[in-house]
Amino acid sequence: MSSLNPLNALPQGFTHRRRRGAELFLLLLSLVVGVGGYAAVGLGVEGEIPVNIIGYGVWLTALCLVSHVAVRYLAPYADPVLLPIVAALNGLGLAIIYRIDLANLAADDDANTFSSDQLIWMTLGVALFIGVLLVVRDHRRLQAFTYTSGFAAIVLLIMPLLPVIGVTRNGARIWINLLGFSFQPGEVAKVMLVIFFAGYLVLHRDALALAGRRVVGIDLPRGRDLGPILVMWLISLGVLVFQRDLGSSLLFFGLFLVMLYVATERPGWLVVGTTLFAGGAYAGFLLFSHVQARVDAWLNPFDPDVNSYQIVQGMYGMAWGGLIGRGLGQGDPTLIPFSYSDFIVASIGEELGLTGVMAVIVLYGLIVERALRTALVARDAFGKLIATGLGVVFALQVFVVIGGVTKLIPLTGLTTPFLSYGGSSLVANWFIVGLLLRISDQARRPLPDLAGDGDGADDGMDDSTQVVKL
Amino acid sequence: MSELTLMLIRFAYLAILWIFVLSAISVVRSDMFGARVESTPRADRRAEKQARKQAAKAKPSRRPRGAPTHVAITEGANAGENISLDLAPLLIGRGSDAAIRLDDDYVSTRHARIASSGDQWFVEDLGSTNGTYIGSTRLTQPTTLQLGTQVRIGKTTLELRK
Repeated sequence: MSSLNPLNALPQGFTHRRRRGAELFLLLLSLVVGVGGYAAVGLGVEGEIPVNIIGYGVWLTALCLVSHVAVRYLAPYADPVLLPIVAALNGLGLAIIYRIDLANLAADDDANTFSSDQLIWMTLGVALFIGVLLVVRDHRRLQAFTYTSGFAAIVLLIMPLLPVIGVTRNGARIWINLLGFSFQPGEVAKVMLVIFFAGYLVLHRDALALAGRRVVGIDLPRGRDLGPILVMWLISLGVLVFQRDLGSSLLFFGLFLVMLYVATERPGWLVVGTTLFAGGAYAGFLLFSHVQARVDAWLNPFDPDVNSYQIVQGMYGMAWGGLIGRGLGQGDPTLIPFSYSDFIVASIGEELGLTGVMAVIVLYGLIVERALRTALVARDAFGKLIATGLGVVFALQVFVVIGGVTKLIPLTGLTTPFLSYGGSSLVANWFIVGLLLRISDQARRPLPDLAGDGDGADDGMDDSTQVVKL
Repeated sequence: MSELTLMLIRFAYLAILWIFVLSAISVVRSDMFGARVESTPRADRRAEKQARKQAAKAKPSRRPRGAPTHVAITEGANAGENISLDLAPLLIGRGSDAAIRLDDDYVSTRHARIASSGDQWFVEDLGSTNGTYIGSTRLTQPTTLQLGTQVRIGKTTLELRK
């Protein structure tokens, strides 16, 4: 368990720089990505720069600057790359959604538009991001809410199944309708689950890691320690059966498995978990028609009897885009159903080509890398586990959705973080970024005898309980 | 809008996207070598301040009145021993390199460490088998020690004394 030992995290004498200037520079570049994309869409579709570009640009700039100033004051040592990457992905998503709006409006004057809603959701997301940095001054306080957040996650997961507020949309029962607003509670539940798993595993990892017997070179856990993983497996299966939501089911189980493995350093859990997953997936395939339909569409998309219209349209779109794409505004992404949400990657593939999709995937990779880096330098086991869990949430979600769109794995409905249209997802993901920045601020902050000379930015009490001068 | 302009916009936008990606990567890259902070004027000033602070601390009466001066072992095989805190950080364990060496089978070779930051004293568990306890709580992170706080390590109990 040496990797969770708080004082092994950094070589002596190594100090992280704040890099706030680098963050500002990257944020300005990300604005060029967002606003430039908006302008390019207008030029491509209508031959002129959109009339509202000034208002739009000012709004986006204000959001970026406000969040940057908030980070400067509230988390001065936080990771400099996360915020700009998120801003760039969000800006790119807004441009693509605006482009699809324009195409929809050209076909039908009364069509639904999404880009202005998405901008409002982004504003809410940024507000929540700043709120997290303001309220959560020390992520270790969250450990006190371990079971509260576990309970909250279960309540949130059950909410869509309740009779009055739960709504079934597109075959999945994952929405609730409250006071005219609809929301996907599962998106918030994933953050709560990460906090719960981290708090639980910090306390119980010793029992999970040390007891057990060795079979063929792999340490298998004791029977009675299997309880939590079985419960989690059942919850995931419940999500799959009652909500018909393949993606979230996979996400929750994968998240738990990875966090268990990271906390205990025992590959035995991966063996047990993969076996359970394979068994559950096969049983789901045999028992449920909606799972069979997804697998069919994945294996034989071009079979005329198979309902795979969306996948095939997406693939034609990406093929037409080729290496460098048709250019923003020059493709025809409205031919793909849900090209503004689940299939936004296919829209990007069509108009920006493989080059654009690769840039997006590299950006997601960087988010995950920064989350894992934060976990590596964090000084406390709880922070390490939360950061790992949040990174894994992004990794799994991006893998599941982009893998599904590109027909690597069966398609399951999940949003592409920050790109897709969808308020719940966007707000929850900004919340996650707020938490990650908080943990990385704590992790990268120099030891208190360096920072304690009247910087004022940190609360000295917390630092002194955490760090031992060697 | 001519084909050529659209083509230029297309390439320009892809270029912007990748310039962003590459600059982000270059920031990540330079972030790995964080120690360069030592050479900035701000850090120099800080280091100077630090040096002055330490010089001030190093004066003869460097511990304030009422601060702990030694660790007393109150229970266990080594009960009655006193170990001075002057040589802090002190390693506690069964191993031969431990400053506080305990003849207790329930103690790990390198079990825990007592160290100071400013005028605060801390005890930290070093990943021991049986854990380090204050009261009934097992330590998961460095914890402040007051005078007289009972720290339990295996069958041994020790505390800070004046």
